[in-house]
Amino acid sequence: MAMTLRDIINKLLRRQPASASTARERLQLVLAHDRSDLSTELLDQMRKEILEVVAKYVEIDVDEGAVSLETEDRMTALVANLPIKRTMTGQIKLKEPKNESEENSQQTAGTDQNS
Amino acid sequence: MATDTRVILICSGKGGVGKTTLTANLGISLARQGLTTAVLDADFGLRNLDLLLGLENRIVYTAQEVLEEECRLDQALVKHKQESNLSLLPAGNPRMLDWLKPDDMKRIVEMLKEQFNYVLIDCPAGVEDGFKNAMAASQEAIVVTNPEVSAVRDADRVIGLLNTNSIKPVQLVLNRVRPKMMANQEMLSIDDVTDILALPLLGLVLEDEQVIVSTNRGEPLTLNSLNSPAAKCYLNIAKRLQGEDIPLIDPAEESSGLGAKFRRLMQTKIF
Repeated sequence: MAMTLRDIINKLLRRQPASASTARERLQLVLAHDRSDLSTELLDQMRKEILEVVAKYVEIDVDEGAVSLETEDRMTALVANLPIKRTMTGQIKLKEPKNESEENSQQTAGTDQNS
Repeated sequence: MATDTRVILICSGKGGVGKTTLTANLGISLARQGLTTAVLDADFGLRNLDLLLGLENRIVYTAQEVLEEECRLDQALVKHKQESNLSLLPAGNPRMLDWLKPDDMKRIVEMLKEQFNYVLIDCPAGVEDGFKNAMAASQEAIVVTNPEVSAVRDADRVIGLLNTNSIKPVQLVLNRVRPKMMANQEMLSIDDVTDILALPLLGLVLEDEQVIVSTNRGEPLTLNSLNSPAAKCYLNIAKRLQGEDIPLIDPAEESSGLGAKFRRLMQTKIF
């Protein structure tokens, strides 16, 4: 996230950040949901099912796993970030689960909104 | 007779963001450039375009009577007093609801296309039937929004519907821009809005008290008050519609002096 001189001064003085950045963040979140027509419950259920499927093949860190909707340029993407502990055969044990073992699987959930 | 008429829907989703004011001022500006222009008030339930243009006492017929062959099109068209290139056509009467269908709008726009260079359709707020009727008759669209969360969110809904209905090009007008608030980062910036909505910016309109004065009088700013900040913005938008390359106003330049310099410094991106 870009930071301006004003943001830094506000932070140092422990003041509230200027409201434009709050507006931008809130809008991006609400539009990702508007555009996909997915409710939070559905998204949560999908997250659980995706984790179940992936867990059949690799051991994943369930607490660290996150599935979210991100939106950019009117494209909404379903982004799953699932840190892998090791594969089921046990042969590959990835050493640093925080960094290197992160598997980013990206799927496009809907191209443009309201289709 | 015009052969390549442009039919432009002016819409926003949210009410009160400035659709009708933009329609009135664009109509006047295009007419001043010598282009024959019809403004069609598709918001027949709560019509106001007549009021902004100062033509409220001259409406006799509406598009409805034309479609029912109770009168000819030229009897229903209300020609503007000062700008004879501009005509208003109300879609219907506020007392009668529920008669209009998408096909009716198409028929009336086809008739207008025979006489005018531009047909500007002032769309009702919302995304329901009134919007869908107006969209059915349109080729391209201008989405009006304000730098506020609710207006941007509603604009996003409308843009989605325009895209799925193959309306193009769809361009953005950012209305009621307050340069000082933007400089203080207390208002969504122009980049914020264009990034989020992913539309080309046709123009921005500065917040201007004169807009209220002009609506009081029923004389759009572009008619008599060409020096007001908003009037200049409307004129620029009309010129860009005609393909002229007019640079955008930089809101940061609008506020001058030491205070503005300081605010610009505070906007500097550090990382």
